Amino acid sequence: MKKLKYVYKIAALAIAVLLGYMLLQALMEIPFGTNRMFVAERFIFEEPYEVGAANTVTAIVVNYRGFDTLGEVTVLFIAATGVALLLHRERGIRLAPTETTLVVKTGARVLLPAVLLVGLYIFVHGHLTPGGGFPGGVIVASALILMYFAYEEYVAPRSMLHLLEGIAGLVFVIVGILGIIVYGRFLQNVFPLGDFGRLFSAGFIPVVYVAIGAKVGSELAGIIHDMIRRGGESE
Amino acid sequence: MSDLGTLYYINVVAMVVIGLYIVLTKRNVLKILIGLDILGTGVNLLIVVIGYIEGGTAPIYTAGISPAKFVDPLPQALVLTAIVIDAAVLAMAISIAIRLYKEFGTLDVRKMRLLKW
Repeated sequence: MKKLKYVYKIAALAIAVLLGYMLLQALMEIPFGTNRMFVAERFIFEEPYEVGAANTVTAIVVNYRGFDTLGEVTVLFIAATGVALLLHRERGIRLAPTETTLVVKTGARVLLPAVLLVGLYIFVHGHLTPGGGFPGGVIVASALILMYFAYEEYVAPRSMLHLLEGIAGLVFVIVGILGIIVYGRFLQNVFPLGDFGRLFSAGFIPVVYVAIGAKVGSELAGIIHDMIRRGGESE
Repeated sequence: MSDLGTLYYINVVAMVVIGLYIVLTKRNVLKILIGLDILGTGVNLLIVVIGYIEGGTAPIYTAGISPAKFVDPLPQALVLTAIVIDAAVLAMAISIAIRLYKEFGTLDVRKMRLLKW
């Protein structure tokens, strides 16, 4: 039995290494660092006049591929709902509560506003600097993990998070439908482009990215909440 | 130039191989999920690396940098989507693993047998 286990491991290693070797051979055919842009070239040079966001990646994610991003947000929503369905208990007990010292509690209180501010900054400035709704939302949700670590009796405001999540999703869809009403195309920009590189620019991108940030933050916070507090029964 | 590229490609391949090996040999569900995540990260890295252009800068309009020097922004936008989907799938998979542990009292995939034969 023991011998069989080693044979199995060696076979698995051989398969993985063989596949890796084949992949490397294929990759070596691709020249590294050469310009092979086709559609992206148009995005880069036309984007300041069509979208008006300094961050080209954001312009592509939210404007040109906005419908994809709506689908992405929906996938995240379904995952959060699935986690809640599998794990959520209304009167669940805290899993593995740990006593923390005064240092951790005070540190969490001092850091919480700073973490929230960084998260907010990242998703409000998504069209100007690296970042955007998704990383910003994750940082906001990490503030909640900090609270859970520091205070064993802490409970996230679950119903408020649900409300925030719903409103944020609705804002994204309403912005899309405004495009249908005005121009007849879903997610067509109806807001003024503004001054290039300013906070209030790039049409609907700041609105949508704040909505995405709030949605991602509240959904991940919900996932964390469901994973930390679960099970009414004793195990 | 090509040395750097080779290094990146070897890194990508190493991550894929390590991820695949973990998925094939480990029995703990959580370890399998870690393996899947390493594999997925390797693929994301590959997509970003292919979009790199020699001497290019981040595709963000900044004073003093010509947009002709930008790297390809499209792979980065695609990977941004992929990372979020990865995180969502991982959260879902971990909660299924938690339920499996509740059901069987173990995380070992070989001991999870509903149909005994």
